[in-house]
Amino acid sequence: MSVTISKKIEEEDLWGGGNRPFKASYGKLMMWFFIVSDALTFTGFLVAYGFSRFKNLDSWPIADEVFTHFPFLHGVDAPMYYVALMTFILIFSSVTMVLAVDAGHHMQKGRVTFYMLLTIIGGAVFVGSQAWEWNNFIRGEYGAVETKGGQIYQFVNEKNDKRVALKDFAISNPNDRLQHEKRNGIWFYNESTLPSYTVEEVIGGFNSNPDLIIKTEKIDEKGHKIKLTREESLQKITQAKHVVEGANLIRNEYGNRLFADFFFFITGFHGFHVFSGVIINIIIFFNVLIGTYERRGHYEMVEKVGLYWHFVDLVWVFVFTFFYLV
Amino acid sequence: MGDNTHKLEIFRGFVKFKSNQQKIWAVLLFLSIVTIIEVALGITKPEILMTTFLSAKLINWIFIILTLVKAYYIAWDFMHLRDEKSGLQASIVITLIFLIAYLAFILLVEGNYIYDVIYEGFVSWNF
Repeated sequence: MSVTISKKIEEEDLWGGGNRPFKASYGKLMMWFFIVSDALTFTGFLVAYGFSRFKNLDSWPIADEVFTHFPFLHGVDAPMYYVALMTFILIFSSVTMVLAVDAGHHMQKGRVTFYMLLTIIGGAVFVGSQAWEWNNFIRGEYGAVETKGGQIYQFVNEKNDKRVALKDFAISNPNDRLQHEKRNGIWFYNESTLPSYTVEEVIGGFNSNPDLIIKTEKIDEKGHKIKLTREESLQKITQAKHVVEGANLIRNEYGNRLFADFFFFITGFHGFHVFSGVIINIIIFFNVLIGTYERRGHYEMVEKVGLYWHFVDLVWVFVFTFFYLV
Repeated sequence: MGDNTHKLEIFRGFVKFKSNQQKIWAVLLFLSIVTIIEVALGITKPEILMTTFLSAKLINWIFIILTLVKAYYIAWDFMHLRDEKSGLQASIVITLIFLIAYLAFILLVEGNYIYDVIYEGFVSWNF
């Protein structure tokens, strides 16, 4: 008799939600579902980047020449160091997160609080670093011209092989051209911000400066951008149609238009994940602080949000490789 | 997952730890070393690694492999996959590896094809 009763209870457990597939709780499994699907979203972005890059294999911008800034080191060519630093920040905040999870397993509220706080700070520093990176990318440093066919021409000093900024050679040719604003028009059109120099000013400055040559988008067999001779440059500069300073979604001074688009979408989507991770971490942090999980008897919520946080770190590892290294 | 269910060894049991915290710091050290190697290679770009191997530069293959190594340790030790049932491990990893490899393969082959068309075609794209 007693045997039948216990069997009945077991069946209720099995079909009434008491069963845990893979010995993982419902919340954790759902977090894994989300992570797998989100990983595929990032895959879509990164593979699309790979597609565009393979399609323009001989003219894709070289990341080392684009991301050369480091805080407080103005004018110093420091490729890669800054993103490496960002990577370390994110890995470190991952470690503090996993230490918080570990402390949660031992029901040590104080340590969970401390490590969660460190994780939040790490995440915030990372998002801030990304904002700085975006700022540099959007503002640009040297400027370039774009031709009718969408090619980007950058300017190099033939003597010392260094990039030259537009402001260092463009002649000043004052004119009355103003940016057209909505309020001046009949209809609600406006135009985007005008570049600091007109095409004529850049061409004029280029012609009167015999040291300047053009650096094209094309890459030679060794992986360096091809530079034109002075004669070729003088001929090619006449095809300039736009002055490009920095980057937006339409054109950028670094090269292929898609490069900036993918930069904005991939690092932006990742940065958005970090940002929401920080927000979720803050919510969990306050829940830890007021003792919600202490009363609940376990800190599994910290573990679940930890899974998400590590996933964000994991994605950054891939973004770092495919955007900055390869 | 109880307190003592962590598997406290990495590198297939080559390194064993007394506590989970020790393991975490060791994994951090390992990930940092791998990242430093990646950055050092990315900055110096040794000439010997710039040779083409399987239609990509040798250095890029090294970057990809090191990235996968890092991904493994983040998933296995930080995301506690090492402590999960093998069924859960498999359903996450096999799904992702299959779908990602498939998508990467078809899109990269297609991108390469379009490159050839533009490069060898009669139409000039550079005007």
